[in-house]
Amino acid sequence: MSAVTTRRRVRGRDERSLAGSLLLHGTLIVASLISLFPIVWLVLTSLKPRDGWLSTELKFFDGASLDNYTRVLTETQFPSWLLNSVIIAGLTTVIGVFLASTTGYAISRFRFPGYRGIMWMLLVTQMFPVAILIVPLYNLMAGLGLLNQIPGLVIAYMTVAVPFCAWMMKGYFDSIPREIDQAGMIDGLSPFGTFWRVILPLARPSLAVTAFYSFMTAWGEVAYATVFMTGDDTRTLAAGLQQFVGQYWADWGLLTAAAVLIAVPAAVVFLLVQRNLVAGLTAGATKL
Amino acid sequence: MATSTGRVTGTTRDRAAGAADGARGRGRPGQPGPFRRAVSQYWYAWAMVAPVVVVTAALVGWPLVRGVYLSLTDATEATMGRTIGVNVIPSTYEFTGLDNYVDILTGGLFWEKLTWTVLWTVACVALHYGLGLGLALMLNRRLRFRSAYRLMLVLPWAIPPFVAAFIWRYLYNSDFGVINAMLRSAGLGTVGWLDDPTTAKIAVIAVNVWIGVPFMMLAMLGGLQSIPRELYEAAEVDGATPWQRFRFVTVPGLRTVSSTVLLLGTIWTFNMFPLIFLITGGGPGSSTEILVTYAYREAFTGIRNYSGSAAWGVLILLLLVVMAVVYRRALRKQGEVW
Repeated sequence: MSAVTTRRRVRGRDERSLAGSLLLHGTLIVASLISLFPIVWLVLTSLKPRDGWLSTELKFFDGASLDNYTRVLTETQFPSWLLNSVIIAGLTTVIGVFLASTTGYAISRFRFPGYRGIMWMLLVTQMFPVAILIVPLYNLMAGLGLLNQIPGLVIAYMTVAVPFCAWMMKGYFDSIPREIDQAGMIDGLSPFGTFWRVILPLARPSLAVTAFYSFMTAWGEVAYATVFMTGDDTRTLAAGLQQFVGQYWADWGLLTAAAVLIAVPAAVVFLLVQRNLVAGLTAGATKL
Repeated sequence: MATSTGRVTGTTRDRAAGAADGARGRGRPGQPGPFRRAVSQYWYAWAMVAPVVVVTAALVGWPLVRGVYLSLTDATEATMGRTIGVNVIPSTYEFTGLDNYVDILTGGLFWEKLTWTVLWTVACVALHYGLGLGLALMLNRRLRFRSAYRLMLVLPWAIPPFVAAFIWRYLYNSDFGVINAMLRSAGLGTVGWLDDPTTAKIAVIAVNVWIGVPFMMLAMLGGLQSIPRELYEAAEVDGATPWQRFRFVTVPGLRTVSSTVLLLGTIWTFNMFPLIFLITGGGPGSSTEILVTYAYREAFTGIRNYSGSAAWGVLILLLLVVMAVVYRRALRKQGEVW
């Protein structure tokens, strides 16, 4: 907040003194530095030579090299973890978005017996702590032989992604005028036809956001991944990265390179969709 | 509430009608037809929600029931039935009633963890909200480089949380971390950030604030931009001071979005597993362990205490549900239709 002092003449909304401007820009610059610094430092460290991270001095550059990247890609299981993460997150996204959009449409458009029950179910499921579900799910997976299997983890992620996505989709469907549905019906489409051919294409931006959200949920989940995927080559990234900085052995060089490889694509996609993401998150939630 | 995001909502009237008739789930009053009529009227709606209901029932409902049951037994890794090769070992755990709950609630550990979890949640959400609102107010002004600032400030949200956790763990590293390197080059002593309970707590809160502020900032910015400019112009004409404009135009205008993000933020922070698990592992000792990570540790380290962990989980869920219900009541009193 700029220093807004009350004078005799009240200051308007877009006027401010020079000191106010300096303070405003100063605060924003400091905030931006804090927000950027860890990321910049990560990238710089990853570009240092093999043992560059073992420096107790404050060095920004230390002979740039791609050593850490070549090691992470050739000497570790990183590529297979990456592949696992991509497959798992991809499947979670496709199945999750499909389930979430049909449910979101139904609770947006129809009032049917069980409606309130479903709304509460979607809300409460989001609050579920990992701790209560993880043991029974673990036993369930063990019983079905799904531990260390990709489908097992995808199923577990459904419980996290679907309720929230259904909620977000409902918020978006609510904003599409019902007259469009009615027009579709008059033209002879069934309720499913209306949904599939008319509404779903209109909801593409929201589908993108939902898809992105599901993807990120699966991409970054730690607890289930750590417990369910324990084989050296079945880990996901979130579980695998812990191996680089274990209790007795740590190689931050490997870790920083891997972190950059994971974060850069995620960040790029993220920045493209973030505007819609916030609207989707809050719209869904305000409209229970 | 329906127009909170400034979008046109087509179903406002229906929702109002649905809320007004009050009867649980009865959509259209005045048509109390027989069962077949209900089926023919609602079958497509039911069919559309069926997959989610089935998935949720199988993967949340069943484990929940099973979790509640486990919490009433003395199941541990040793007593849980399992199959090793061709040998099937039957379960030997027994039903013990509320013993687990009595143990937990009478032991000091639960209250200690609860205090820290509440402190953690309140500190994080308050800082998220305060800083997010402050930054949003600044970004909402006419300002040079506004999109550049916005982009830079949003970036922490773009980093997957587990990656952020690792980055910060490296920054906090006592020997090679950059924070201590800075302190050293400034001639100050170094701090073992994650080795001392107090600094470790501050450290994890700082990381969560770093990760969480961008979301709040964007949400509040969206809220600010949906407040009509005319209101500010009218207030200016009336001679309102900047503070009065903030107090009587901005604050009420942000109420809807605030109540949502505060609820979401509280639930997210309360259940924020990856940060604590990956940065401190709950340490030193168990000083930074929040309820969720503690329950996880019970279940998956040492002799796996499945029943104790399940009891912790049930207690955590109860806390959250109570909180959501109280919150909803409070909103209702203010006249919010939620």
